[in-house]
Amino acid sequence: MNPSASRIKVQPATESEGRKDYIRIQDFGFWYGAKKALDAISLDVPERRVVAFIGPSGCGKSTLLRNLNRMNDLVDGIRHEGDIQIAGRSIYDPGIEVISLRRRVGMVFQKSNPFPKSIYDNVVYALRIMGVTDRAVLDEACETSLRKAALWDEVKDRLNDSALGLSGGQMQRLCIARAIANRPEILLMDEPCSALDPIATGKIEELIHELKAQFTIVIVTHSMQQAARVSDRTAFFYLGKLIEYDTTEKIFMNPSQAQTEAYISGRFG
Amino acid sequence: MTQPAYDNSAPKGEPWVWFTSLGLIIGLTMVAGLLGLVLVNGFSVFWAPAVPTVKLSDGTVMMGQLAQRRVRPDSPASNPKYERQYQVGLRELNGASYVWVEEAKIAQEDFSSATMGLERMENGPAFVTPVAFVNASGSKVPLTKATFNDLLNEVERASEIRSELNTIQRSKIGAVNAKMESTRIDLRRAEDRGEPTADIKAQLAALDVEFNQLRALSEKVLAKNALAKIEVRDARGRDVVLPMATIVRAWLPNDMSAWDRVSLFFSRLREFLFDEPREANTEGGLMPAIFGTLVMTVFMSLLVTPFGVIAAIYLREYAKDGVILRMVRVCVNNLAGVPSIVFGVFGLGFFVYVLGGSIDQLFFSDQLKYNNNTPVFGTGGLLWCSLTLALMTLPVVIVATEEALSAVPRGMREASLAAGASKWQTIRDILLPASAPGILTGVILAMARGAGEVAPLMLVGVVKLAPTLPVDMVEPFLHFDRKFMHLGFHIYDLGFQSPDSDAARPMVFATTLLLIVLVVCLNLGAITIRNRLRARYKGASF
Repeated sequence: MNPSASRIKVQPATESEGRKDYIRIQDFGFWYGAKKALDAISLDVPERRVVAFIGPSGCGKSTLLRNLNRMNDLVDGIRHEGDIQIAGRSIYDPGIEVISLRRRVGMVFQKSNPFPKSIYDNVVYALRIMGVTDRAVLDEACETSLRKAALWDEVKDRLNDSALGLSGGQMQRLCIARAIANRPEILLMDEPCSALDPIATGKIEELIHELKAQFTIVIVTHSMQQAARVSDRTAFFYLGKLIEYDTTEKIFMNPSQAQTEAYISGRFG
Repeated sequence: MTQPAYDNSAPKGEPWVWFTSLGLIIGLTMVAGLLGLVLVNGFSVFWAPAVPTVKLSDGTVMMGQLAQRRVRPDSPASNPKYERQYQVGLRELNGASYVWVEEAKIAQEDFSSATMGLERMENGPAFVTPVAFVNASGSKVPLTKATFNDLLNEVERASEIRSELNTIQRSKIGAVNAKMESTRIDLRRAEDRGEPTADIKAQLAALDVEFNQLRALSEKVLAKNALAKIEVRDARGRDVVLPMATIVRAWLPNDMSAWDRVSLFFSRLREFLFDEPREANTEGGLMPAIFGTLVMTVFMSLLVTPFGVIAAIYLREYAKDGVILRMVRVCVNNLAGVPSIVFGVFGLGFFVYVLGGSIDQLFFSDQLKYNNNTPVFGTGGLLWCSLTLALMTLPVVIVATEEALSAVPRGMREASLAAGASKWQTIRDILLPASAPGILTGVILAMARGAGEVAPLMLVGVVKLAPTLPVDMVEPFLHFDRKFMHLGFHIYDLGFQSPDSDAARPMVFATTLLLIVLVVCLNLGAITIRNRLRARYKGASF
């Protein structure tokens, strides 16, 4: 059997928190050309938990998120200092290929971006490019991912239809199914609900609750209510700096920084 | 309600709507006029009008079909005098096929039902009064309306013999000739190297026998047509005997039903599309030119598409943005504006002489040495024509592909990379399929430009008359080295190089019409494919 097939076996779901510093960001600074976007960020993300990044537009939360799977490498003229480690290993380690990093760190974008292919081909895309050709493995991965993304019942009879015929909420859930099909360890979500109606948003939030049993999730959101509903920990950024990082409960009930309090109570931002 | 003083925007109508629409109307009128002119003139080639017998006031009599009517250039504008041109045919007797006559001098014009039109293998058509015909077995039959169908059968039989003869001479004798030629080269090489030549000489002798047999056979076939002939009388009363073998078609222009006229029209149209030319290309068909144009355009597209797409992928996806890249882009765009004849000169200088010459030196040195330095690839041919036009249309494909690639939404690219795909996997699986319709648009434009191009082809391998097709049943089936015929060049050759320009004129329009139809068909085919591809991405919300 294909060696990569073993990767997609369903792991037993667990509610226990794994290592506390699964993603460790240390003194991380980042520049787009001459413009400094992030300034000495340090924070740890625990395994199998949901961490929300909040803050006003342009505060650097998306930039940090896009550094976790090195999507920012596509931009010209970038520079960083400090380090990001996943499971104890630096993602900038020359021994780590950016492709294998991205296979471990899945990503869901703000705007749903299905490929102009069938629903089935969309979901198994990551597996196919890893070289999986065994139809049984692909079929199983497709069904498992779509079930986890709560989309299976809606599309199981039309897997071969174009993904572009789905509704906006379905497309975003399809993108989530696509991102988890090759069983990454971490799932990055960049404002996944900003283009969706409340019902679709509710479905995706439920989904995040279920997915955290297996994935470590980092979500960027503009909606404070969403951060409060889905996340275990929340980080508040402002002007490229990490202002406060604590359990969600603490951030929303009893923030220790005045700026955090001002932001979550809607006085600025 | 009163308007404030500063508001001078009272309704004034929209004169610019009229002005801009005028531009469109002028453009459309010119296109419609062009198509109309080509259609009317082109289809008149196939139509058989009534043929008058014209008596002039000086007593001359002639029979012919009206070709054109115009105002005499020396007549005053207030009182225009007309002259007419008749196609009288029988060039061997009349000297010229076409005669100008002043309208004022025409004394009498009548349409005798006996008048017969004959289309012949050479010397133009003949418009005559029938007398009798001799059939294949040698018996003479008076030619009247009643026996006209028998004559048609004889003509049909004679043309079958002609095509049988054609098969023997063209394919069989041609194949033996080609074999003899290569055996002679073998012989010269063997003699040159002092190798034994007995085998080769035996082969040559065997081929010689085969050749003589075929020649005897063709003479035997030819003899079947020896007896049959038509006896006719021309307008001036001269008796003429025409061998049946030279007759292509016979019809009674003044005594035929509408149905007969229409079927004659389609019979000529069929010949035009599927037969070979005769009479210095002014009569007969255009099959070799149609075929040559198609094959060349297809090869050109097959060459230009991969080159253009690969170059565009590099420019758009891999090359680092900078001064050099921008200069390369400017150069590529300017390449599209270089006059096509320049590409012809480049094709001749580089492809034919340098590349073709080197290929000949490397792979066909025996051919050169023992065959009087006759080049194989070192002369114009299909391959060099396709390559030259591919080079000429390359910028179109590159620009279209670059634009199609950059139009693929950024999100799709990021989604693929975020899923762990490499750059090449992203290009292959996501970018190329998504930009396929745009790439095909470029290929369509390239084909449209390539199919209609003439000037560069004249330098790198198109000829007036090619004895063979570039694709046929002789190994290796695809003859990239062969010269071929092309519709565009055919038009130029007919219109400006023909010995009988009057006879060629209608054919120019018919060929133009055909070229337009061919280009439209090629484009429609490509557009259909593109629309199918587009339909696959229908419903895209980005």
